[in-house]
Amino acid sequence: MYAFFLNVLLALIWTLAVGRFTFHQLVLGFLLGFVVVTILEPLWGTNVYRRRLWRGLAFVAFFAWEILLSSLRIAYDVVTPRLRAQPRIVAYPLRARTDTEITLFANVLALTPGTLPLDVSTDRRVLYVHVMYAQDKEAVLQELERSLERRLLEVLR
Amino acid sequence: MKETLTGLVAVAGAAFMLIASVGILRMPDFYLRMQAAAKAGTLGILCIVVATGATLGSLSALLHAFLASLFFLLTTPIAAHLLGRAAYLSGIRPRVLEDELAGRYHPATHALGSDRAPDAPETRSAGAS
Repeated sequence: MYAFFLNVLLALIWTLAVGRFTFHQLVLGFLLGFVVVTILEPLWGTNVYRRRLWRGLAFVAFFAWEILLSSLRIAYDVVTPRLRAQPRIVAYPLRARTDTEITLFANVLALTPGTLPLDVSTDRRVLYVHVMYAQDKEAVLQELERSLERRLLEVLR
Repeated sequence: MKETLTGLVAVAGAAFMLIASVGILRMPDFYLRMQAAAKAGTLGILCIVVATGATLGSLSALLHAFLASLFFLLTTPIAAHLLGRAAYLSGIRPRVLEDELAGRYHPATHALGSDRAPDAPETRSAGAS
């Protein structure tokens, strides 16, 4: 996270130094900043930025695709006469542990059409999720774990 | 070419918002309505914002579009989560196949158990002196 903000800061400094505040300069500054940060990162003892940034980008792309697919599914359900929704409130056992992880995971769920996180248990072991298409409960739990939470945790950890 | 593309994206956004509002009318219970409104609506707004930013094309327009999308992505989940929780706590029963949340809230403190209703936790008792 820290490395990412440093990278953005470097991009801003680059545009200021060049004196032309355009989109292309911003992208160029970000790329140069990326090189600087990857070279400097071992100095503060970690070497994960390159991999994490890559995984983060992959996650954003995957997530956008997922939002589009499930939006289309719900849209189809809304405009055709029969409602196929088989909703269920499931108790999802969280693998995410810290506040950041749980918050981000709940946010991702809230943005994915078809899932609506309702609450986290007080001991933070279970997230209660309202799922729209949940005929098969086990399949839903597995799908959430494999496609969303694991990918998200890979970015964060 | 670019105009056609951005125009298509903007129209798709408007269509998603229309579908979201039809969804509010058609869905059978509160939680499903929330889903239809929050999700399809967000996607619609994002499409329109992105299309606007791309049409204007200047850096400030793009940054505005980026910031607007970011704030939407940060705020809608919180609103949806809080509305859903508030509805559940005020006793709106969902029409579902199975409700694993039923009976898990402590009636007085609203502490939430992970596999059964919890005992009242000592740490959060509001009126303790």
